[in-house]
Order: sequence, then structure tokens, then C-alpha cells
Amino acid sequence: MNGGKQKKVIPGTVLFDGDMARKGYALNKMCFSFNSADNRAEFKADPSAYCDKWGLNAQQKAAVLSLQVLDMLAAGGNAYYLAKLGGIYGLDMQDIGAQQTGVTKDEFKAKLVAAGRN
Amino acid sequence: MAKIVGGINVTHVPYIGRAIANNLQQDPYWKPFFDGFPPVRDWLAKVKPDVAVLIYNDHGLQFFLDKMPTFAVGAAAEYRNADEGWGIPTLPPYKGDEDLSWHLIDSLIEDEFDIVTCQEMLVDHAFTLPLELFWPGQHPCPVRTVPINVNTVQFPLPKASRCFKFGQAIGRAIESWDSDARVVVIGTGGLSHQLEGKRAGFINKEFDLMFMDKLVTDPLWVTRYSVPELVELTGTQGVELLNWLTCRGALSGDVTKVHANYHIPISNTASGLLAMQVA
Repeated sequence: MNGGKQKKVIPGTVLFDGDMARKGYALNKMCFSFNSADNRAEFKADPSAYCDKWGLNAQQKAAVLSLQVLDMLAAGGNAYYLAKLGGIYGLDMQDIGAQQTGVTKDEFKAKLVAAGRN
Repeated sequence: MAKIVGGINVTHVPYIGRAIANNLQQDPYWKPFFDGFPPVRDWLAKVKPDVAVLIYNDHGLQFFLDKMPTFAVGAAAEYRNADEGWGIPTLPPYKGDEDLSWHLIDSLIEDEFDIVTCQEMLVDHAFTLPLELFWPGQHPCPVRTVPINVNTVQFPLPKASRCFKFGQAIGRAIESWDSDARVVVIGTGGLSHQLEGKRAGFINKEFDLMFMDKLVTDPLWVTRYSVPELVELTGTQGVELLNWLTCRGALSGDVTKVHANYHIPISNTASGLLAMQVA
């Protein structure tokens, strides 16, 4: 993978490159299907069966069923497609941001506001 | 020949759609963002564009990872919005301009930009919301449109210098179009934000303000940075500033700032607005 090239290391960040696109293909494809309301309903009715239908591997399925965003990213998930899964659970970007950074939603929102004051 | 009246760059966060649908423009959270737009609408009323060329990135409505074009140009009579999966209202269709689309395609490929052409193309919030912000509540939208999609989803992304040159080629194409149409170029996305990972919520006000300033006076300034460096400086989605740079590339010669606004936060994003007029 990656032809031995050095990747830039950015703390807390993984670039969604070819390695991740290969790794996460099934997970992202499932999330892409959530553009359809029928598919969202089918997922909600039986998340586990829906993950199997789209061929998610064990790591991807466990991440989806536990709703752990960092685990979904580690399994190759892309933020834009994962956001469609978040939408099914009514999670907005501050919910997702708070979960990933280990703070409460209010704390996460306060951090964003603080970034505007610097 | 067609005339480029100017360019406008603007943020495209999905929740802007919900705020519009719920009439929250004067809500304290949204007001600093929405209050940026009246001067731009006034300028548009004055320069009267017939066509808008929109440079943006799709977020998994039209394009998936099965086929991911670096640059794609719409060539349809009409562009439809559709369910994006995150619960924002679907907006009515937008009128295309097939003559300009095919002139752009001919000219860009002659200029060695081997773009993907799309006679069917769904347009997501990154296309629809800027039009809603510039021409609020006007359905159908009063301008014809041409969507130009830039990949900012799957790395490697096109380099900043390449995006600027792509924008220059778009500008040359528009200005060589045998038409008396007036064209506004719109670039959407940014500014600094990062949705995913332990660095989620990253914002860089200092860099954003420098970028907005330099985009007017010295647009090549940002091309000193590689795409990974831009991610480090602006976040994984802040890199959508490539769409702003492409838009700026389409404006030849000196430009002047018509109006700018910058506000943190809208959702997880540092929101920016910058309208420029060709001097």
C-alpha cells in the first residue's frame, strides 16, 4: 500500500486517501445508500442485517452497531458518508464532534465559539 | 463575448438549509452569518448576471467512491437536488445552460483539462444553498446555472496551483463564449473546519482571514502550501478553500472586494463570504 511514500502526520487526523478508500469501501457504500428514505428505514428496522447485506467486515459492523465514530473512521469510514448514518440517529455535527473529542456537546460548542474570539 | 461580472465565495454548511426552512435568519445564532448577505444581493441586483457557474464539491449525493472525478462539468438542461440523508429540505430544480456547458467542455479540454462531462447531475447543498443565500426564496432561481465539481473528498485532491489554473481556464472559456450573457462565478465551501477525528472542531481564524485577504490581492499566495499542509492549517474540510481559489482563478487581472463577512461558528465551521468584482 502507498508505495512506501511518507505520509504527512497531522495529529488527530487521517487523510481519506486510497488506503482508506479501499479499506472502507463497503462501509461507505452502505452509508451512501442512506440517501434513500427506504434504505434508512430498512437499516433502522434491523441494523445488523443491513450491515451484513452490504458486506461490512466485523470491525466495520461492530463500529456501526456501537455508534462509535472514531471506530468507524478507523475502519475506513469517510466523514461525509458517515454523516448520513449520523442523520438516522438524529446526531448533528456537534454531537459527533463531542463524541470524537471526549467532551460534552456543550463543551464542544463552547470550544467552537472560543475559536472565534482568538 | 460573454462577460464575467465577478466572483463570490461562500460557505455551504448543510444546516444553513434548515435555518432558512425554519426562518432563523434573525435568530441570535444565525444572524451574524445571514447579515453578511444583503450587500452581496444588492451588488448582484446591480451587475445582473444571467448565468452562475458554481464551483463546489459534492458530498456523496451525485458521486460515490466507485467513480470519483477530480473535475466534473454539468451539461444538463436542468439540475435536481435530492435527499442527502441528513434531513435538510430538498429544493426545486435549477435551470442549466447547455450552450455554456458545452462551450466550457470544449474549451477546457482544448486547454488540457480533461474533465468528466455529466448530462445528468444531482446537485447537493454545496450548489443549492449558495443560490438560496444570494437569491432567497426565488424559485425558479433567476439565473441559469452550470455546476463544476471539484473532488475534495478522496485524496489525492488537485493541488492548489492546479485549481487556480483550472479556474483561469474556466475564465478563458467563459470570456470566449459567443454570447452576450453576464456570468457570475461562485465558489463554495470552507473556511476552516474539521468534522472527523480527534481534531474535530479545529478552526484557524488567523489563517482564514489571511487567506481571504490574499485571495483578493495575491491569490497565488496559498499555492505555496501542499494539500496535506492545507489540511493541517484549515482542517480536513477546510481544504474546500480549493473551490474559492478555483473561482478566483476565473477572474482575470486585478479584482476589488465588494463585500466580505466572516463568522465563527456555523455548525462546526468558520463561515466566510467574499464577493469580488473584476476591476
